[in-house]
Amino acid sequence: MKLTKTLLATTALTVAASTAVTAQDMADSMTLVSWGGAYQDSQNKAYVDPYLANNAGVSATWDESSAEAVAKLRAMNEAGNVTWDLVDVVASDAMRLCDEGLAMELDHDEDLAAAPDGTSASDDFGDLIVSDCFVPQIVYSTTFGYRTDLVPAGVEPPTSVCDVFDLAKYPGKRSLQKRPIDNMEWALYCDGVAKEDIYPTLGTDAGVEKALAKLDTIKDQVVWWSAGAETPQLLADGEVFMGSTYNGRLFSAIAEQGQPIAMMWDMQSFDLDGWIVPAGLPADRLARVMDFLKFATDTQRLADQAAYISYGPARASSAPLVGKHADLGIDMAPHMPTDPANASNVHIYDYEWWADNRDDLDAKFQAWLVQ
Amino acid sequence: MSGFTLTPVETKPMSFTLPMVGAAGAFAGLFVGTAHGSGLMGIVIGAIALMALSLIALKVLGLGMEKTTRRGMIVLFIVVGWLVAGLPGLVLGALSGWFFSWFIFWIGEGRYRANLAPYLTSGQVLWHYTFRVICGTIFVFLITPILVVMPLSFNAQDFFTFTPEMLRFDPAGYSLKHYEDFFTSTGWQQALRNSLAIAPMATVLSVGFGTLAAIGLSQPHVPFRRAIMAILISPMIVPLIISAAGMYFFYSRVGLQGTYMGVVLAHAALGIPFVIITVTATLVGFDRSLTRAAANMGADPLTTFFRVQMPLILPGVISGGLFAFITSFDEVVVVLFVGSANQQTLPWRMFTGLREQISPTILAVATILVVISICLLTTLEYLRRRSERLRGLSPG
Repeated sequence: MKLTKTLLATTALTVAASTAVTAQDMADSMTLVSWGGAYQDSQNKAYVDPYLANNAGVSATWDESSAEAVAKLRAMNEAGNVTWDLVDVVASDAMRLCDEGLAMELDHDEDLAAAPDGTSASDDFGDLIVSDCFVPQIVYSTTFGYRTDLVPAGVEPPTSVCDVFDLAKYPGKRSLQKRPIDNMEWALYCDGVAKEDIYPTLGTDAGVEKALAKLDTIKDQVVWWSAGAETPQLLADGEVFMGSTYNGRLFSAIAEQGQPIAMMWDMQSFDLDGWIVPAGLPADRLARVMDFLKFATDTQRLADQAAYISYGPARASSAPLVGKHADLGIDMAPHMPTDPANASNVHIYDYEWWADNRDDLDAKFQAWLVQ
Repeated sequence: MSGFTLTPVETKPMSFTLPMVGAAGAFAGLFVGTAHGSGLMGIVIGAIALMALSLIALKVLGLGMEKTTRRGMIVLFIVVGWLVAGLPGLVLGALSGWFFSWFIFWIGEGRYRANLAPYLTSGQVLWHYTFRVICGTIFVFLITPILVVMPLSFNAQDFFTFTPEMLRFDPAGYSLKHYEDFFTSTGWQQALRNSLAIAPMATVLSVGFGTLAAIGLSQPHVPFRRAIMAILISPMIVPLIISAAGMYFFYSRVGLQGTYMGVVLAHAALGIPFVIITVTATLVGFDRSLTRAAANMGADPLTTFFRVQMPLILPGVISGGLFAFITSFDEVVVVLFVGSANQQTLPWRMFTGLREQISPTILAVATILVVISICLLTTLEYLRRRSERLRGLSPG
């Protein structure tokens, strides 16, 4: 009993002490949450290391928990103990966190740096600011890669997303993400539904049946993945002939690891990844993280990141500054999902439609999976 | 065992030998065949090849030429393996040649009965060997996943793949770079330091509290012994995720979440059951009259504990401590909840690493951990045997 009282008293004192400091005081450590792997490395090199070099005495700790960020932030909020300062999430998660009040709403023009030519941050990011809580960093895409050495003899390499559904021409296993998003749209598109009709069709029961029926034609040849590293591993093993994953993962397997894999950009599905600030941070930590956020999302920093990974910077003003790969010295622009040559036929993934229909389609998709 | 025979051996008729050897050949052929595309062909070829070999060995060349026949067969298998699959085939060929040349004579000459009692029926003999084969299969099934990881950790590529270079035993296919990555990466080194800071401290707490609890609970006059015991053992029985979630909310309220002490306390709670169980087990064999004798000679309880009781229950304490250490060292669920990024331990890092980037560095770490675990368990076994020898329980 006495111990509990002492502990509670100490905690109360700590809390009181931390709220008493003025906003000018900044915490000297930050906990940043990201995805790990090459992506986190690119963030580290492009903005965290330079920031720490400019601000002696500040330290940053990485927590590779973005995959379960929503659940963890909810738990932290319930426990009244938010330990994260800045969290990297995909756009749809940012929208959910914002709706639930777990992420802080930002004033993009006030809190973020303007472009070098004076364009305001909100104009520079443009439509990519899909939520008031969200600061986009990169545009990535989910797209297909295939083993060049497993293309059947005498057949030209696959160029269309519909080749994924063509088992006669391209036999072999495919890996697809274990979720309805993208897969349903690709299935309808390859079943002859026009691009602009995809979401209206998917909104009907018959449309869902149609998409699942198309997926049924390849179901026994599909390996389902849930982590971004799986498809590159399966492709490197030769376990699958083709598979979908994030374009940066494929770039890494092709350019950095020298695997016999080629990209197929057709109907790549664009998505966004960016920062959110958890709601309810103490003033000193908030001041530090806002200072970092302003630096980390300026035009030059986002362009720098593209030297380490093939994801497109979210600022329009960063695009002309994208240079060469930091180690390999190859031009990065042709490897960006936003490059005109790669983006001739893209799939625009409809966040709002999915936000409304996700639960329903998830249930149908899971039921179909176990049939 | 090999010095004498219980049952005289006799040459078996070919009607017995051929099906037995053929079945073994078919079984081996199934694996070779599957690896080359057709399991069915493998079964057929394996069965026919071995039946033919045993006919030649037992009927044409005969028992007098056994040594020469066996050597010839090994060479034959090596050459065939080499032609089919190069260097790895050569190694596999040598091993299977050695085995099958022995197996043909073992079956054909009825040597399998030599060490068994003469009154056993054929069914009992069959069961005797089937049982051993089943045990061996289970053992292989358990150990193979661990063994496969080890060569993969020397992969020169960044994938979990046996590359063609590795299968050719080409030195270019192997590399220590994943070990280098582990020893030079600040993230991994920080995780190693965290693990090494948390596990020993958690062990000390588990051993201290667990030993005291075990001694206390072994006293007959303590009330509610079984209930207290059940509560203390519960972290071992309650699903880990439930303990972890509970600890998360409790520790958050008292300010222990995300602190070094928080993780240490959580791991100590997980380790205490192991210590209680092992120490309670050694206390069963502890003679209470020794403490009375010590008290009779003027020793106070503390002296009695350290000079009389502790040395005798030490093996139980140490093995409980080792289990507590391994529990903390391998634990990922609780630390994910109770720890923050600053307390990231090795298993935590392996867990996130495996999900986000499948890097063989994880395999290198796994190999190092397996070696450490083997060392710890060997120590444990050595201590156990030593204590049994000292107590005169086994001839040693």
